[in-house]
Amino acid sequence: MAPKLPIYMDHAATTRCDPRVVEAMLPYFTEKFGNSASRNHKFGWEAEDAVEKARDQAAALIGATAKEIIWTSGSTESNNLAIKGAARMYAKAPEGQTGRGHIIASVIEHKAVLDPCKRLQREGFDVTFLEPGADGVITAAAVKAAMRPDTILVSLMWANNEIGTINEVPEIGALCHEREVIFHTDATQWVGKMPVDVDRDNIDLMSWSGHKIYGPKGAGALYVRRRKPRVRLEAIIDGGGHERGMRSGTLNVTGIVGFGKACELCATEMQNDGQRLLTLRRKLETELISKLEVVQINGHAEKRLPHLTNISFGFVEGESLLMGIKDIACSSGSACTSASLEPSYVLKSLGVGDELAHSSLRLSLGRWTTEEEIDFAVASIVKAVNHLRTMSPLYDLHNEGIDISKIVWQAH
Amino acid sequence: MAYSEKVIEHYNNPRNVGSFGASKDVASRKDVGVGIVGAPECGDVMQLHIKVNDKGVIEDAKFKCFGCGSAIASSSLATEWIKGKSVDEALTIKNTQIVEELSLPPVKIHCSVLAEDSIRTAISDWKKKNGVAEAAPKTAAAH
Repeated sequence: MAPKLPIYMDHAATTRCDPRVVEAMLPYFTEKFGNSASRNHKFGWEAEDAVEKARDQAAALIGATAKEIIWTSGSTESNNLAIKGAARMYAKAPEGQTGRGHIIASVIEHKAVLDPCKRLQREGFDVTFLEPGADGVITAAAVKAAMRPDTILVSLMWANNEIGTINEVPEIGALCHEREVIFHTDATQWVGKMPVDVDRDNIDLMSWSGHKIYGPKGAGALYVRRRKPRVRLEAIIDGGGHERGMRSGTLNVTGIVGFGKACELCATEMQNDGQRLLTLRRKLETELISKLEVVQINGHAEKRLPHLTNISFGFVEGESLLMGIKDIACSSGSACTSASLEPSYVLKSLGVGDELAHSSLRLSLGRWTTEEEIDFAVASIVKAVNHLRTMSPLYDLHNEGIDISKIVWQAH
Repeated sequence: MAYSEKVIEHYNNPRNVGSFGASKDVASRKDVGVGIVGAPECGDVMQLHIKVNDKGVIEDAKFKCFGCGSAIASSSLATEWIKGKSVDEALTIKNTQIVEELSLPPVKIHCSVLAEDSIRTAISDWKKKNGVAEAAPKTAAAH
């Protein structure tokens, strides 16, 4: 059966809300519209009950207790609160002075981690940005080597959003706990797809978003450890003292209800989803490699998320490839798809040549991806790559046996 | 990014795709001018081959392009515009005309600049091969 077009293969960007999530949310727009902070009437109590139920659902997904969940607007806010909040709370010198403490992050973090870290640098903190290996993985050994006596915070993503590679999070967390360093992980691409136990995995702070796990946009959470160690944060948003003073503002009750339901569904379905999507992703990769030459899967062969692949097609530019597969919604690491005209900094940091970084596609599968859609995607990509290669001067040079990397180009 | 209809049309039906031979063969052909501009690491490489008759008229043109849809459309359009023109007429084509014809947004202006450069480079290669002018060619050279 032909799939319905266009096909969505950009689940690392966002996911469709699960209908069961929407159903759970709906009453909280209308009849149960109360403010969860209204302590003296039924409307408030209903909303508060709903928020606390969602907190239980979120905590259950990650092996935490409900009191350790702080509601936010999404991972960007969670990352900001975790990184700025912990750095400022555990600073070794007052504001305005240098030597306030050392932070370890990596160059392949999302901008929502990189930019808060850069702001802290301007505020007098030292930040080390680790480089991944060619496989895209940040190892515990690399973190250990970067540790200093004044290190106060380590912030490393669990799985990378562009290439899906998985960092050594439990090992890095153990290292941090040995040295009494706070460990934050941006787990936006991981939670809800892969199992988490914050105690087993040695996590102090963890960010995730509702809209990546088949929940609504605008709802996120930050896990904040309360025991061994009890982590404290300096708030960024001050006001009514909501969320134990860590994040003021009337709670997004509908969003939180959806977030909780999405977590509950992931807890029961992620294992099956993961297995199914791994099979589909392997089929996608295997068929593309068998039908096209000079195809490269970026990132570690095994230590990768089951539902995401980042593939470079030699001699073909990514944005033109996206144009050729307009019935498939996905992303490219090509410069042309961003405002900056720079190719993906993640791919560049792996030592993937700039040319192959320009030639990359990120395809991320999700709960409703079907085998028919995979077949359609393979056929479309093969057709578009072949079409573009007939136009590609680089492909001609390749066929003439000329090594493109040895040519001196007249760059603009 | 939304593309103009003309960019999409050139992308789907590019004009004059091809070459007049392998790079090592056209390098020595006096009737063919070769222009290769851009660089793979910048995400754009345009290759223009022009076949020029002894009256200095561009009888035929072929392009190949590694680049985004706007780059492909710019080089495709360039081949259409230069065919049948004398080399001197072809040199009057400005990138701004390409921008206007294809409704390129500001971030894609460099595609039109590359197309203009590929015309200039190909003509200068032809002139050099035929002793018409001394302008240095900007073709890519292997190590």
